[in-house]
Amino acid sequence: MATYFDHLWAEHRIAAADSVYDLIAIDRVLLHERTGSVALSALAEKGYNVRDPSRAFAIMDHIVSFREGRGRDEARSPGGDAFITQTRAMAKAAGIHLIDTDDPAQGIVHVAAPEQGIALPGLTLVCPDSHTCSLGALGALAWGIGSSEAEHALATGCLRVKKPEQIRVQIDGALEEGVTAKDLTLYLISEYGASGGRRAAVEFCGTAVAALSIEERLTLCNMAAEFGAFTAIIKPDAKTLAYVRGRPFAPSELSALSSLTRIAQTCTDDRSRVIAVNASEVRPRITWGTSPEDAVPLDGNVPAHAEAKRLDYMGLSGGQAIKGLAIQGVFIGSCTNGRLSDLQAAASVLKGRRLAPGVRGVCVPGSWAVRREAEALGLDEIFRHAGFEWGAPGCAMCFYAGGETFPPGSRVVSSTNRNFEGRQGPGVRTHLASPAVVAASAVAGVIAAPSDLPSLSEVA
Amino acid sequence: MPEPFVKHTGTAVALLRDHIDTDQIIPSREMKTVSRKGLADGLFAGWRYAEPGGRHPNPDFALNAQKAHGASVLVTGKNFGCGSSREHAVWALAEYGFRAIIAESFNSIFHGNCLRNGILPITLDDQHALEGPTWTGGETVTIDLPTQTVAISCLPEWVGRFAIDDYPKRLLLEGLDPIGLTLQSSDLLDAFEARDREARPWVYADYSAAKAD
Ligand code: SF4
Repeated sequence: MATYFDHLWAEHRIAAADSVYDLIAIDRVLLHERTGSVALSALAEKGYNVRDPSRAFAIMDHIVSFREGRGRDEARSPGGDAFITQTRAMAKAAGIHLIDTDDPAQGIVHVAAPEQGIALPGLTLVCPDSHTCSLGALGALAWGIGSSEAEHALATGCLRVKKPEQIRVQIDGALEEGVTAKDLTLYLISEYGASGGRRAAVEFCGTAVAALSIEERLTLCNMAAEFGAFTAIIKPDAKTLAYVRGRPFAPSELSALSSLTRIAQTCTDDRSRVIAVNASEVRPRITWGTSPEDAVPLDGNVPAHAEAKRLDYMGLSGGQAIKGLAIQGVFIGSCTNGRLSDLQAAASVLKGRRLAPGVRGVCVPGSWAVRREAEALGLDEIFRHAGFEWGAPGCAMCFYAGGETFPPGSRVVSSTNRNFEGRQGPGVRTHLASPAVVAASAVAGVIAAPSDLPSLSEVA
Repeated sequence: MPEPFVKHTGTAVALLRDHIDTDQIIPSREMKTVSRKGLADGLFAGWRYAEPGGRHPNPDFALNAQKAHGASVLVTGKNFGCGSSREHAVWALAEYGFRAIIAESFNSIFHGNCLRNGILPITLDDQHALEGPTWTGGETVTIDLPTQTVAISCLPEWVGRFAIDDYPKRLLLEGLDPIGLTLQSSDLLDAFEARDREARPWVYADYSAAKAD
């Protein structure tokens, strides 16, 4: 019997390219100004056309400034405006859809694509960005590629791919109050390692996955990149259909997607490789080191015999408690945790509270749609009152491209997905956690859980 | 098109760590233009230079050792090239002069990027053989792609073997243009699309009027 992944693979298989590679039809190509720009310019140089511009999209997210009231070409890093202006010019010349810096639909590609209905169940979708796997949350077969592969997909409408191994990650049981999809993914990566995904297509199954909202599923699938997987996928269900209904690029008539959902539900979950997780055992997690696999329970300690290079970079010693470490910065945003529910989780901790002295707080909604909804709910007021910068959508401080950031040596708790050396700036020490833990740490001035904060009545 | 890869003899340098990510291989701040060129100086910038953004060599970094001068084979741990999909990491390695990387395992996007740029990613059948030698840098490595074998000067008598699929092997041996190759099957692509438009019309709906909200 076929898995849902097998079903999508077969449906998109044009032909065998040789004994192990297949030609797989690509339904949507997404590009951003950081890596897509190179693909578009190389394609033009070689004299190839985009086979079907109506199914290709370029979106500005990586280099754009997150400054409130930013200019149209304003980049975060010196000289970064060239990526914006060149991508714009090339996207227009190629005739592909362009979601520009000032478009009301702009946002981080993996946040905006679901919102706009560009990512849909059953589509194959590629983007020269490793977190394209996020979109598997909608039941799409989506994976990250390099720029050369993006050129290939644009020019030919297909890719030559070897069918990956499949792993079922079965997550049953219920997450406890205060435990999030982010904690679940950090748990998986720390338990099975940053290459535990074995370059496989990982399908998340089980009652705990069914119980997650679409936004939480996007968080879970997002970090399949940090798990070393080819991609992640979750079968579409009634929640998925309800989510995509009425989105600008979604079909107005959903009968094809409902029958796909029915087919998905009859597909087998059986695979030779299975990882079983009991959701009720998962506790809030935070990373201590420079790989996403370096995550421990929030009330845990740095491993006693951790690699010296990681400890040195992070300014820690083996065996030390994670909680209580003084911090200088926090960031809430990114394709992992920059959606409305993430901002709500952080705001519910921040409400009526303030950043601890000496802590810089930055919140950048993942898209204009998220930002507008957040403002309609008054969340911007909560963040601003707490002393946070409230930014214009994009990748912002998730990665460092030059320009201004947290100072070297500063300790930052971040809702993002990567704690690599220098990821958020030279010498910056990133601890990955859920938005609520980021917010609690911001208030405490040290790494903390929301429950560690004095209750507001005590404060008053 | 990248230079074909048939047989290569060169100097090895070892970075024996796991999970070396593409942010280390080429920090984002070193990707200054919309181009595949001019990246070699930024290769491993965070480790290779004494201070961020500077160009003073860090004497402790393996690539800066006298013996590693002109290195073209990188020996490393598992999950090499994890993280960002930026192909700039491979362009920087290629421009610096690397032709092959011997790692316990690779990130999948990075692995594909290597093949597209004339760099041979190798995982030896007996990768543990490399745990024996103390890498001091400067070892001579000979890689033969047609026979899929590796010889290393510090391991006399030993011959390492590695697996590679036919398509990537052809890509490297012939320095093929994959787009041109696929477009030779245009008939297949067109026939598939015609059938698929019937089967899944919603995928091809005309969105020219759709305005993102
Ligand atoms: S938010 Fe961060 S991880 Fe996500 S696409 Fe942007 S840079 Fe990459």
